[in-house]
Amino acid sequence: MRTWIIGGALAALALGSPVLAQDKVKLINVSELSGAGATAGTNWKNGIDLAVAEINAKGGILGRQIEIVHYDTQTNPANTRAAVQRAIDEGTYAVLGPVFSGPIGASMQIAQRAEIAQLVGGEAANLTAQNNPYIFRTSLSQTAAMPKLAKALANDVKAKTVSVVWVNNDFGKGGRDAINAELAKVGIKVAADISTEQGQADFAADAIKVKNANADAVFVYLNEEESARFLRAARQQGIDKPIWGETTLLGAKVIELAGDAANGVKGHVGLSVDAPVPGLKDFGRKFREKFNYASDHNGIKGYNAVYMIKWATEKQKKFDKKGLADTLRGATIKVSEEPGILMDTVVLKNGDLDRESFLAEVKAGKQEIVAVLPPVGP
Amino acid sequence: MNARTDFAAVGQGAPRRALSRIDPALVSIVLAAAILWFAPVGMGRYGTYVLTLWLVMAIAVMGLNLTLGVAGLKSLAQAAFMGIGAYTVGILTAKAGMSWYPAFAIATLATFAMGIVVGFPALRVRAHYLAFVTLAFTSLVWLVLRNEEWLTGGTFGLSNIPRPTLFGARLDDALSFHRFVVVVTMILTLAIWWLLRSPWGRAFLALRENPVRAASLGVDVRAYTLLAFAIGSAYGGMAGALYAPLVEFIDPSPFAISASFFLLLMVVAGGSGYLFGPFVGALLGVVLPEWLRFTGGLYLIIFAAIVLLLLIACPKGVLGLAEMLWARAARLVRRTP
Amino acid sequence: MSELIAYLIVGIATGSIYALAAIGFTLVWQTSQTINFAQGEFVMLPAILVLLAVKLLGVPIPVALLLGAVAFVLLFGVGFKRFVVDPMLPHGVLPLAIATMALAIIMKEGAKDGFSAEAQSFPSPFPSDAIQILGTAISLQFVMTIVVAFATIAALQWFVTRTRTGRQMQASAQNPTVARILGIPVERMVMLTFVINAALAALASFLISPIYLAKFSNGETIGLFAFIAAIVGGFNQVRGALLGGILVGIFDSLAAAYVSTSYRLAVPLALLVVIILVKPEGLLGRKEERHV
Repeated sequence: MRTWIIGGALAALALGSPVLAQDKVKLINVSELSGAGATAGTNWKNGIDLAVAEINAKGGILGRQIEIVHYDTQTNPANTRAAVQRAIDEGTYAVLGPVFSGPIGASMQIAQRAEIAQLVGGEAANLTAQNNPYIFRTSLSQTAAMPKLAKALANDVKAKTVSVVWVNNDFGKGGRDAINAELAKVGIKVAADISTEQGQADFAADAIKVKNANADAVFVYLNEEESARFLRAARQQGIDKPIWGETTLLGAKVIELAGDAANGVKGHVGLSVDAPVPGLKDFGRKFREKFNYASDHNGIKGYNAVYMIKWATEKQKKFDKKGLADTLRGATIKVSEEPGILMDTVVLKNGDLDRESFLAEVKAGKQEIVAVLPPVGP
Repeated sequence: MNARTDFAAVGQGAPRRALSRIDPALVSIVLAAAILWFAPVGMGRYGTYVLTLWLVMAIAVMGLNLTLGVAGLKSLAQAAFMGIGAYTVGILTAKAGMSWYPAFAIATLATFAMGIVVGFPALRVRAHYLAFVTLAFTSLVWLVLRNEEWLTGGTFGLSNIPRPTLFGARLDDALSFHRFVVVVTMILTLAIWWLLRSPWGRAFLALRENPVRAASLGVDVRAYTLLAFAIGSAYGGMAGALYAPLVEFIDPSPFAISASFFLLLMVVAGGSGYLFGPFVGALLGVVLPEWLRFTGGLYLIIFAAIVLLLLIACPKGVLGLAEMLWARAARLVRRTP
Repeated sequence: MSELIAYLIVGIATGSIYALAAIGFTLVWQTSQTINFAQGEFVMLPAILVLLAVKLLGVPIPVALLLGAVAFVLLFGVGFKRFVVDPMLPHGVLPLAIATMALAIIMKEGAKDGFSAEAQSFPSPFPSDAIQILGTAISLQFVMTIVVAFATIAALQWFVTRTRTGRQMQASAQNPTVARILGIPVERMVMLTFVINAALAALASFLISPIYLAKFSNGETIGLFAFIAAIVGGFNQVRGALLGGILVGIFDSLAAAYVSTSYRLAVPLALLVVIILVKPEGLLGRKEERHV
């Protein structure tokens, strides 16, 4: 206990020390490094590490090196709150993470109270609907992608009915709610609404259920390995209807794990290392070199988050915490100004992002972009 | 902190001789509360928050310590009771706009009643089978919390849970809420202390040591088993009722089955059956991992390894170890003139 | 009707996987009252060790399988018994059960930090082609898993009841005191069950991972179902694990089909509660005469 108090005192001292603060800028990432969100959180962390290494190698932000610290949330709200509070107490310039919306919900008021920008990896629709001016997404929200998907299902597939398979966590439930609402708008009926568990090993029963529902198309909204397991089970049960999905389903990891079963899968892709964008391709290559595996969209989000901070700091020309959030809000970040942002990005007033996205198909074990969808806003 | 551990060992282990008038356990409860009242000064919000979280978890562990350490019932339902308490308070205060105090009372009564219902199987099956029944209960509660979105907010959780007020003063900042929790914890610890000294507490202990003999001595095994379980569950509910306003957000994840395992771990690692065991256990379970963060990415492995080694070295937990060392030291003192 | 048959078949297939994970659980319980909460992680880790061997040593798959299995049996069969179970067993069931929880955290976090947080594909000894059984497609991997699970349990049953060592093992489990008087090396027999448990876990790991992928967090789901399977079947009986596993698999599959997908898990759990209340020793279990 005593050591702990001393530790706290030392941390307080470090905060007050102006010498340290001069040559470094401290960024603290709070993400899901263990527990249910570990895979997503680790990708996010690796993306951050890659961006920080690049920026530091090129001289840092405004001449200051970034000092990055990672804290684990255990995918648990109480621990997340502790970690974010600690990050703020230790004087982080901005809070990076978390990725799951439960932990985000538990920590966003703290960053708001401290008037510190929080760049999160969450995609759930409700995060930016709470009038919190300090929260920023690093990807499109689920609500942005789903209208595009529903339209494609109605016009391209000419589907009258769709079976929806989703993972029952905040990510999957949010996506399911969003797609079902959009499907209703374009007059498509949901034939089977199938909830699955996170970490579920066996999808045979779910695949049989999908097969028996006999809808015109299947919409799959699961995490990476569950997507792969479902695709394998679906092919085994002989489901020959079009299988559609969002970003994850068409990701490199799912294709690698599902093998042939992934071929023919179509969908919308927000962030993908396979997109025909030089920046994204380049990122994918660097990520693979550094970590020896293919990044998913969470890796890109983490990478983007650091570059959003870099861009806004250079824009405001100082390290002002509140100013960082003010600069980001409503900003348009162009690749020509900051190559690390990878794609031209508009940050909306509520913290949502708007940018190009893609329609893609998996052909012969490769993700191919079929169409480029423009940003929603003008 | 060290002083507390020693006191606990005195209160539990050493024969009560000269100190018959003033119970050392009572003194240490009040003293510790006084120390904790001032402890967070200069500690920052993070440190204060972790201290508060420690106390809240300690209340839940105290309840489990009563069912397990005192009455000998192996329950894996404590996280579920915490969840029921937290969600009762969360729904009543954040959604229905009720004040924290009646919500807290309802949460306590609800978990007490649930404890009686779930404790019923304990009458049929003892030992490890109870653990399996309660494991199923915890998973079912988690499923309800996750699925019934209209009521619980589902996987998205409940946000903006207000903190209580006291005589019109808001307890929103970290320090005043911490002090509030210190007082509540002190009252609840005193209640357990009193309970253990009462005839009821003696009956619980008899139940653990030898149920058959307890029955033959006229202890109503059925009633006392249920009572121990229900009181323990109510402590879980009360901990949950403090957890919700502490974190100001709840979702189902902290009340899953893994959390029940973790609470059990804290009881055993702290020293099952000791009055202060829960505090030591929660210190290990809540504060140690936070403190170990400086070790970086491997902190959870280091934490689990410490717990594993501790249990191998001393299966009776930290306070069991302390008691053993105390007894050894006392013998040594007596031998040397 | 054909639909129901399809659900039953996939239920039996997944159930036999749970059974395989549950057998070792019942074995170590019988001989040493060890409730191993890390059993799911025991099934997760061997596959990770194999992939690690391939990655670090560059050895071909068969060699890696052998290395992984041997390393796992030494560490988590012999080592687990010697360094975790032995010092703790005299102090009762509970501290040991808690210690296995801590062990589970170490194994899970170790696999994540030491290898990868990502799911990995795992080579299968069997082709992934599907065959048709009563109109339901089922992969050969599954069929082989079922065959291996049944064969393993038959072999174990034969070993326990028909061989000298097996009978000694059973005697050590049922009455260690008498067994010792009869000159049976009880200690060695108990160690043998831990080795068998680790070997079975490795086998289960190698059979499951090609289908379910290798990932650090796999133990959570598999562990829970193996646990339920062991209790339902009666966890003082080897063949009880097989029945329990298959029942749990079928209940799970039917729940997804006909009850509610979001409350799917509740159905096997309800089965568990009913069994405990009605027949606590499990469907095939003997009544326990041991006073715990």
